[in-house]
Amino acid sequence: MDANFEAKLARNENIEPKDWMPDIYRKHLIRQVSQHAHSEIIGMLPEGNWITRAPSLRAKMVLIAKVQDEGGHGLYLYTAAESLNISREELLEQLHTGKAKYSSIFNYPTLTWADIGAIGWLVDGAAIMNQVMLQRTSYGPYARAMVRICKEESFHQRQGYEITCKLAAGTKEQKEMAQDALNRFWWPTLMMFGPPDAASSNSENAIKWKIKRESNDQLRQRFVNQTVPQAELIGLTIPDKNLEWNEAKKGYDFSDPDWKEFNNVIHGNGPCNRERLGARVKAHENGRWVREAAIAYAEKRKQKAAAYQ
Amino acid sequence: MNKDSQGALWEVFVQKKPGQPYVHCGNLHAFDAEMALQNARDVYTRRNEGTALWVVPSASIVASSPEDIGPFFEPANDKVFRHPTFYKLPKEIKHM
Repeated sequence: MDANFEAKLARNENIEPKDWMPDIYRKHLIRQVSQHAHSEIIGMLPEGNWITRAPSLRAKMVLIAKVQDEGGHGLYLYTAAESLNISREELLEQLHTGKAKYSSIFNYPTLTWADIGAIGWLVDGAAIMNQVMLQRTSYGPYARAMVRICKEESFHQRQGYEITCKLAAGTKEQKEMAQDALNRFWWPTLMMFGPPDAASSNSENAIKWKIKRESNDQLRQRFVNQTVPQAELIGLTIPDKNLEWNEAKKGYDFSDPDWKEFNNVIHGNGPCNRERLGARVKAHENGRWVREAAIAYAEKRKQKAAAYQ
Repeated sequence: MNKDSQGALWEVFVQKKPGQPYVHCGNLHAFDAEMALQNARDVYTRRNEGTALWVVPSASIVASSPEDIGPFFEPANDKVFRHPTFYKLPKEIKHM
């Protein structure tokens, strides 16, 4: 069976839930896909923070639609993870007890409206770069979820850049607000691609099994190359003194993010870790009566239907 | 059922336009058929992806297994006479 698995990977065919797979492949995927799902759900919190304070009705409608999309994306990913033989309840418990991780970016606060622009432009931009690659990931349900997500996600980045463009073209204070959001979100966004290849413990297997097709550093480089001209066009400055075009590699040279900070945030000590997890657990607890009522209602209807037969 | 359950798993099929086949698009959890249908609408048709939906309890789906792929589908391979190109027609017949 192992040979069959390897042969499928070699032919670039998807591994499907009923296929035999090495336990370590299954475990790697459960970790990665559930982490991805949790990130979608936790990602609703920093943006939800601004729904009531969006500066116009148009902005409010767009933000609600975007947050709703993130909920849907979480759902696609949870069911993809469940196809690997783990229940939704277990997945949520791992999130709520802190056993499972989610993207460290969501542990930063959204202090101003410009942050909502920065999240769409930078954070969703970085996520899309990763997700475009994952459309060709080797596990079928994960790949199919990614295709759907990429299709829906393309408006997210545009709406964020639009917010940033408007602020950058506004009053002096508005432009400063946009620059401040870029300053704060730039480094955490670069960290989203994960540790440098040399230090990434999960990378080697992920590439070998074609779960990932490109390395953390490759994706990070592509993101920088794509984003720098977008910032320049609207008169904002990337907060990196070492940023410079390198003609030989046809890409930008740039500084390393502060990996100590990254590890700190991952291990629960970011600015909002406790707040995010607290809000998620509270939402789950507050929803308990709804789930219990739904079960009771479904049971009652089943019994009634049985009585008529 | 587990007290903190999210409900059973359902598979969702969407029909893009009237007359077209229903295509599998994903799955979701729900406690009954009505909820499954409503959730499917909210999750899978937010952008005019379809005009009709099927939801089916995942447990009701019967699937072929990947190990059988050879013996199960193999008999179709050696019956070329099932294809129109197998038959020779007089040159004078241009379309059939």
